[in-house]
Amino acid sequence: VLHATRPLHTTQQSLAPVPPLPEKGGEVRHGLIPEEFFQFLYPKTGVTGPYMLGTGLLLYLLSKEIYVVNHETAAAACILAVIIYGVKKFGPDVAAFADKLNEEKIATALAMKNEAIQTLQTAIEEEKKEQWRVEGRSYLFDAKRNNIAMLLEANYRERLLMVYNEVKKRLDYQVAMQTLKRQKEQDHMIQWVEKNVVQSITPQQQKESIAKCILDLKALSKSAHAAV
Amino acid sequence: LPAAVLLKDTKLMDVKLGQLGSWLAMRDFTPGGIMGAMQRGYNRYYNKYINVRKGGLGGLSMVLAGYIVLSYMWSYSHV
Repeated sequence: VLHATRPLHTTQQSLAPVPPLPEKGGEVRHGLIPEEFFQFLYPKTGVTGPYMLGTGLLLYLLSKEIYVVNHETAAAACILAVIIYGVKKFGPDVAAFADKLNEEKIATALAMKNEAIQTLQTAIEEEKKEQWRVEGRSYLFDAKRNNIAMLLEANYRERLLMVYNEVKKRLDYQVAMQTLKRQKEQDHMIQWVEKNVVQSITPQQQKESIAKCILDLKALSKSAHAAV
Repeated sequence: LPAAVLLKDTKLMDVKLGQLGSWLAMRDFTPGGIMGAMQRGYNRYYNKYINVRKGGLGGLSMVLAGYIVLSYMWSYSHV
């Protein structure tokens, strides 16, 4: 439930960037009276006006005993003298020391800020580099695709070779079987023919053929003798 | 003709002497208002004299002088 009476943010208020600190504070004269007082009285009374006012006030306070002079006055006077002497002598050194402390604080804060900015900058560059690297994805995938294609091809050829070898083995077996069979048939037939022929040669035919051979040999030897 | 500014919004230095009474009468005297006024006064003094890069002695010494004067005024009857 939004209460209508609550003030909503209508101005451009924002917390950052914070405006820088002013360099010097308000001017104070004699460490006690702000400069605005002197400026306030300047148009009417000139430069000496506030001092006359101060002197008059002081004399009035003293004469009317509004400010009573007693032992505390002497003590206050001595203390004031010492304080003023101390301030005049050591003021600038103390101011320089305090300024140095401040400077160191500011320097550390600035260093941190710069370091943070630097880290973010490097992070940005790294990110850009990564984005550039991503563009190379397509090459990577092409290479991978090529690899896979080669693997598939190699596998396919391997299997083709195996198939060829197996088929060849079976065909060789069939061929070997046929040659063996023919060989066996041939051998068997030769043997059978030889056996039959040997069987068919009767003893009488053997004698006749032997006699014929002898006659042929004699004839041959005669012709050979004649030739020689 | 100068734009009519409500008496409520004028600053103390712009109030005419005759209007002083009525101006004082319509200030906020509730506790919240008084706290607000003290806070504002403190903030003004702080941001003018103390919350600066190179603050001087005057910022602190004015407070101490004011304290001295006030304590003298309070203990005047015993002097």
